[in-house]
Amino acid sequence: MLLFILLTHLAIGVAILGSGDRLGRRAFAVAALAPALTVGWAITQASGVIGSSSGGSGMSDGVPVSFSWMWVEQLGLQLDLRLDGFGLVMVSLVSGIGLMVCIYAMGYFSYPKPGTARLAGLMTLFAGAMLGVVLSDHLLALFVFWELTSITSYLLIGNDDRNPRARAAALQAILITGAGGLVMLVGLIIIGQSAGTYLISELLLNPPTDGVIAAGVICVLVGAFTKSAQAPFGSWLPGAMVAPTPISAYLHSATMVKAGVYLVARLAPILATTGQWRVLVLSVGAVTMVIGGLRAMRQYDLKLLLAYGTISQLGFLMLMFGTGEYKIAQAAVVLILAHGAFKAALFMVVGIVDHEVGTRDIRELHGFGSSWRPTVVVGILAAASMAGLPPLLGFVGKEKALDTYITYGDFTGSGVVLGVIVVGSMLTFAYSARFVLGLLGHFGVADKPNRSAEAHAPSAMFLGPAAVLTVLTVLLGLAPRLVDPLVAAATTALDPTASPSTVKLWAGFNAALGLSVLVIGVGLLLVWKRAPVARLQRRFSDAISWIPSAERGFLVALRSVTDGSKRLTAVVQSGSLPIYLLIIISVVAIAPLIPALSAWSDLPPLVDVPLHVPLAALVIAASLGASIVKRRISAALMLGAVGYAMAGFFIVQGAPDLALTQLVIETLATVLFVLVLRFLPTRWADRSPAVARPIRLTVSVAAAVSVFVLALVAAGSRDSVSEANISVEMIARSAPEAKGNNIVNVILVDFRGLDTLGEITVLVVSGVGAVALARAGRRRLMLGSDAADEVADYEWSEHEPVPSAAPVAGEMDQ
Amino acid sequence: MKRLLVVDTSVRVVFHSILVLSLYFLFAGHNQPGGGFVGGLTAGAAISFRYVAGGVAEVRRAFPLRPWTIMGGGLLIGVLTAILPILSGNALLEHAAWEADIAILGTVKATSALPFDIGVYLVVLGLILMMFEAFGDDEAIDEAVGASVRGDALEADSVVSDLFELEQIRELQLRRSRRDQL
Repeated sequence: MLLFILLTHLAIGVAILGSGDRLGRRAFAVAALAPALTVGWAITQASGVIGSSSGGSGMSDGVPVSFSWMWVEQLGLQLDLRLDGFGLVMVSLVSGIGLMVCIYAMGYFSYPKPGTARLAGLMTLFAGAMLGVVLSDHLLALFVFWELTSITSYLLIGNDDRNPRARAAALQAILITGAGGLVMLVGLIIIGQSAGTYLISELLLNPPTDGVIAAGVICVLVGAFTKSAQAPFGSWLPGAMVAPTPISAYLHSATMVKAGVYLVARLAPILATTGQWRVLVLSVGAVTMVIGGLRAMRQYDLKLLLAYGTISQLGFLMLMFGTGEYKIAQAAVVLILAHGAFKAALFMVVGIVDHEVGTRDIRELHGFGSSWRPTVVVGILAAASMAGLPPLLGFVGKEKALDTYITYGDFTGSGVVLGVIVVGSMLTFAYSARFVLGLLGHFGVADKPNRSAEAHAPSAMFLGPAAVLTVLTVLLGLAPRLVDPLVAAATTALDPTASPSTVKLWAGFNAALGLSVLVIGVGLLLVWKRAPVARLQRRFSDAISWIPSAERGFLVALRSVTDGSKRLTAVVQSGSLPIYLLIIISVVAIAPLIPALSAWSDLPPLVDVPLHVPLAALVIAASLGASIVKRRISAALMLGAVGYAMAGFFIVQGAPDLALTQLVIETLATVLFVLVLRFLPTRWADRSPAVARPIRLTVSVAAAVSVFVLALVAAGSRDSVSEANISVEMIARSAPEAKGNNIVNVILVDFRGLDTLGEITVLVVSGVGAVALARAGRRRLMLGSDAADEVADYEWSEHEPVPSAAPVAGEMDQ
Repeated sequence: MKRLLVVDTSVRVVFHSILVLSLYFLFAGHNQPGGGFVGGLTAGAAISFRYVAGGVAEVRRAFPLRPWTIMGGGLLIGVLTAILPILSGNALLEHAAWEADIAILGTVKATSALPFDIGVYLVVLGLILMMFEAFGDDEAIDEAVGASVRGDALEADSVVSDLFELEQIRELQLRRSRRDQL
């Protein structure tokens, strides 16, 4: 069934893609089938996976659903799918939010443009890949699905392929996540090889302790950081906001960016105490949480505000999961659920505003009419959950996080991290408030047109999904008991030794509550004094503007790669045919000469049969003639004479087959020479500089010497072959086994048949290439070379990558 | 194009004999000198006679199938004979042989290496046809070179479209002649 669900996503996605634009926005209704099926199935499995234990009473006795299928037998690569407690949490996020987003997208794309249906198809494919990530138990299978999410995300961001910003953002996203993914693959292989297993469930039982693991840990973390937009790899996420809002809500807040967090969560119990894991995860997470929060506070675009908020929250999740302490991880499970719900709802609200008002800029929003009240309430509640206000799920999660950090954070630096979390939460409160105030129109600038007041309120279906998610946020916040079993099962799935505690809304008067009060208090202060705070921030960012930002770093790196390769190509590919030939021939002449000389034995007898003498004389005379004559056609004929004389040698030595082939080939080669030489002047005109002549002479003599020596050595080594030689074996087996007496042909079609198959493929390719080249040259001739150059230039400029960052990235430098 | 009666006649006599010879090479190849490669080359030599007699038009007349069709067909046959054994559970390119006693002919032997050899034959034949197509199309080349020498852009452009039209007319003629044969 697990595999069936993945295949369903694939089938539905491909079907939607195949139908083109025929379905329009109904494509999202079709796409919704896949997550609906998954959610339905997950509900039926939930009781089994979660088990009967109620939270707080220690181990849960849930049994994971698993499925195994041999994928690549030679690599021992099994497709191991496994749905355990944490997998269930992730599946409910991926498919639950996926379902909501599909419904929402029907409202969002009420006037579908061409390519909208493609979004639905790609989104279904993405959902399948993401489910693959969270369901794979095998690290390499996880990697494959991981890369699939990168690719589908690339296509989704760049779906509007006529928009250069979208293309640039998509390219940036795939370059960063793709590079990170490759590094991660190295890390996964290191971990898998040194542990002797690639299965996460087995790694949990036998954590690897090898020395090289430390390197693997770093590599894996780089992959996770790039995917989850952690500092300094986070620059792609704000750019990715050019995607339509349903896509951003789904991929870039709720699901894909959580893949990195997911991987850290899975591996932390195994590797947290290994190498530099904690130092890396905690420092990167801390920096990301604070920087993301600070930047979110300065945005005017609501969507960008949420994007930076997402980066900050992902840092927060890293800080929690990365510790490897199951108590803290339990709080993180609550948070990841809460974040998925409120962030998707917030994105949906922004999409609604964008769709109905036509802007997301808080300076152009001036408050809404009364018909908008439900939308605004949903936005405020979701933002309150983000800020961590009671009695919402966000508060429950944050409270639990602070509490567990205070109680169980007994590793070095936990105090600092706790401080960072508190500061980050204050910033979160501040930008959540900015979101709400912006939505209410407090940042509206008087001279901007007031379009929001008369804006048409969204339909029930458009707002519905966000409302459902917000209701869940409130409901689960008021009654955390409802998610408690799920959270407990997820925690034990992450760490079998865990004994999860109960998730509560009211945990009594403790230090965490005090910190929460502090966070809210300082947050309120930041909001109240927001003008001076903004001034201070601007001054601060001016002061540090000399530090290159991550975006700039990315651009510089990209440009230096393209520039470097251009320079390298200019050196290596000079475009001069004589130079290419000189290089190729000298390598061919010199490289085999050295080993050949070491195998030098006695000279073989020069003349076996008297007929050799006239034949050799013919070969020598014809080759000398070929190098002396002035007319091209005569040289070609001389070469033909050499070939015929060689055929004579084959006949004398008793190889009629070779002789036959040689004769026919020489004939045809001469004809082809005549065909081609018609296009060249009849005589050679020596226009090369005087320096070139001795060089050419040297190289050709070297080539001749090399061939001569090779022939002698080869002839000499024939005498010293042993009886159990491969040719003896082939002759012996030819008639009885291959039913053929012509050994040459048997070798060609049977013994070395695969070689022949490759050769005829090469023949076909080169034939097609020759015709294409000949015709292309002819067209160029006809068009006139200037016109052709122009065409070529144009095509090249089209293919040049556009490394201009999206304007959204520019905003960060302010 | 100027044609010589002597060449035309003698080519007509020789051409088919050489083709038969090439087929002999192909079928005899497993036991006597020959094989698909040599056979294909020999057929190519026969074609070069036709080319000498009447240019690329004559070559096209000799083989109604287009060169790329012949080549692709050959590769297809080769790949299929390579893959088929896998489907029946054997190794790639594993060949089978059958022998049968037939009256008059004596013992006739057939191996599955033969279709593979036929594939090789067709690929080589197609390659040579393609070479003539690439470098031997005098009319098109003459026109193109002439136009560019005159530096007449308009003329050159019309030559391009003419070439495409020529291609289409040829296709039509081919189809018609094939239909007439049926």
